[in-house]
Amino acid sequence: MINLPILPILIPLFAAIILMFFGKNITMQKWIGAIATAGTVAASIVLVNVVHTEGIQTVDLGSWKAPFGITMVSDMLSALLVTTTSIITFFVLLYSFRSIGKDRERFYFYPVVQFLLVGVNGAFTTGDIFNLFVFFEVMLMSSYVLLVLGGTKVQLRESIKYILVNIISSALFVVMVAYLYSVIGSLNMADISVKIAEFDQPGILTVIAVMFLVVYGLKGAIFPLYFWLPGSYYAPPTPVLALFGALLTKVGVYSIIRTYTLFFYHDTGYTHTILAWLAILTIVVGCIGAIAYWDVKKILIYNIIIAVGVILFGVSVMSPESLEGSVYYLIHDMIIKAALFLLVGVMIAITGTSNLRKMGGLIKDYPWLGWTFLIATLTLAGIPPFSGFIGKLLLVRGSFAAEAYLGGGLILLSSLFVLYSVIKIFLNGVWGVPKEYNGSNKHNAFYLWGSTVFLVILAVAYGVGAEAVRPLISQASEALSDPGIYIQAVLKE
Amino acid sequence: MEILMAIVVGILFTSAVYLMLSKSLLRIIIGTSLLSHGAHLLLLSISGLKAGAPPLLGEHAADYADPLPQALILTAIVISFGVTSFFLVLAYRAYQELGTDNVDQMRGNEGND
Repeated sequence: MINLPILPILIPLFAAIILMFFGKNITMQKWIGAIATAGTVAASIVLVNVVHTEGIQTVDLGSWKAPFGITMVSDMLSALLVTTTSIITFFVLLYSFRSIGKDRERFYFYPVVQFLLVGVNGAFTTGDIFNLFVFFEVMLMSSYVLLVLGGTKVQLRESIKYILVNIISSALFVVMVAYLYSVIGSLNMADISVKIAEFDQPGILTVIAVMFLVVYGLKGAIFPLYFWLPGSYYAPPTPVLALFGALLTKVGVYSIIRTYTLFFYHDTGYTHTILAWLAILTIVVGCIGAIAYWDVKKILIYNIIIAVGVILFGVSVMSPESLEGSVYYLIHDMIIKAALFLLVGVMIAITGTSNLRKMGGLIKDYPWLGWTFLIATLTLAGIPPFSGFIGKLLLVRGSFAAEAYLGGGLILLSSLFVLYSVIKIFLNGVWGVPKEYNGSNKHNAFYLWGSTVFLVILAVAYGVGAEAVRPLISQASEALSDPGIYIQAVLKE
Repeated sequence: MEILMAIVVGILFTSAVYLMLSKSLLRIIIGTSLLSHGAHLLLLSISGLKAGAPPLLGEHAADYADPLPQALILTAIVISFGVTSFFLVLAYRAYQELGTDNVDQMRGNEGND
C-alpha cells in the first residue's frame, strides 16, 4: 500500500463528507462515526508497524518529485502521534454518544469531530510548510465550530477570544512562510532543512526561528502566549474539552519539535536558550495556576500548560536522551490528559458542578470511578509503575547530563505540584462526606466511565510495557536527533 | 518597488493592530481583515516584484512572474474569507445573546475567575 501514510487523513475526511448527508439521523451518525474512527485506528497501527519495519514512509502526491510537489511524510514520531490521536478520538467519540446531547448531535457534531481528526492527523503527517498551515486551519476551523456549538453565553464569549487569537497567529504563520520562502525559496520541509544547512543559518533565519516559536507557541500555549487557553478551554462540554486538551496544543508542540530539530539546529545557543527559558516559565505558570484553583476543570487545564513546558524543555536540551524523553512524555500526556478530562467529566455529570468545594464522597456510591481516578492521577504525576515516570526520568537524566540543572530540577519539583493539584481533586471530590447529587444516574455514569477506563488502561500499559514501546520511541527520537534520516527519506538522494 | 510595498504592508499591520486593540467587536473584525490583507500583500511582494508575464504558458514570454506565491495567496484568501464570515456571524449571534458589542462588557465569572 503506497498510500498508507495518507489513509489516516482520508478515512475521516470521507467519513465527514458522508456524515453530512445524514444530518438528522443520529443513529446513523454514531455508527458511521465509530466505524470510520475504528478504521482510522487500524490504519494508523498498520502504519506504525510498516514504519517500524521499513523505515520512513513518504507519499509524493500526484507523483511530483519531492521538493516540487506536496510530500506526506510518516516518520515514527508522526505515525505514533497519528495513532494516539485516532485512539483518543475513538474513545472520546464513544463517550460523547451518551453525554453530548441531542441538540448538538443534530447540528453536525460528528462530522466536525471527523474534520478535526483530519486536521490533526494531516498536521502530524505533512512534509510541506504551507500544507501544515492549511491543516492547521482545517483543525482550527473545526475547533471553532466545536467550541461554539450549542451557543450558550459563555461559549459565545470565549469563542470570540479564541478565534481572534488564532486569526492573529494564522496571519503570523502566513507572514513567516513568506519570509522563509523569500530567504530559502522552497516550501518542502526537507528541502528547507538542506538549504538552511548550506547557509549555516544567518541572522535572518534566527529571526524567523523565533517568530515560528511565537506562531506555534500561540497554538501550543507556551509562557507569555498561553493567556487565551484557560478561558477558552473552560467553555465547551467535556468530550470537546478532552479532544482540545489532548490534541490541539500538542499539534503546536509537535510543530515546535519539528521545526527546531529539522530547520533551526545550527545556532542552538540562541534559539534553544530562548526555548529553554520559555519552557521553564511555562512550567512555573502552569504550576501556579494548577494549585491556585478549586475548580476541577481549571486545575486540569493548567496541567496542560505544565506538560507543554516539560515537553519543550526536553526539546530545548537537544540531547538524544532528552528528545526520547520528550517523545515518550508527549504521547503519555495526550493519553492521560484525555482520560483525566473524561473522568472529571463523569464526576461533573454526577455532581452537576465543577466546583470542588461542592463535591465530596463519590467513593461511597461510585467506587470504580474513584479508584480509576486515583490511578489516573498517579499516572499523570509520574509514579514509577505508570507511564508518566519513564518520560520524566529520561527528560531529567538528559537535562542533568547536559548540565541543565535548573530545568531538570524544576521538572522534578513540578511533578510534586502536579501531584498535589490532582490529589486535591481526589481528596475533596472522591473522599469526604457524601452529598446529595441530582446529576446523571448511575447507569449513565457507568457507561461514561466504561468508555474512559480503556484510556486509563492504555496509559498504564504504556508505562508497564515501556520495554515493548521503547524501540518505537527510540526510532522516533533518532530521526529527531539526526535530521539527515528525514531528509534522505524525503529527497531520496 | 519592494521597499514601497514593505512600507504599505507596515502601515496595514499598524492599522490592524490599532483596530484590534479597540473595544468594539466590529472594529476588531475590520482589524483582522486588514491583517490578512497585509499578510497576503507581504506574501506577494516578498518573493520579488520583477517585471514578467502573467504565469500563463500561452503568453510565450521569456520571463514569468513567480507562480507559487500567487497560489499560496489564493489559498490563504479563501481560508481567511471562511474564517472572517464565521467570525462575523459569531459576532452577530453574540450581539443578539449578550446584548453588547463592547468586548470590555463581555465578561463573566465562568471562564475568567
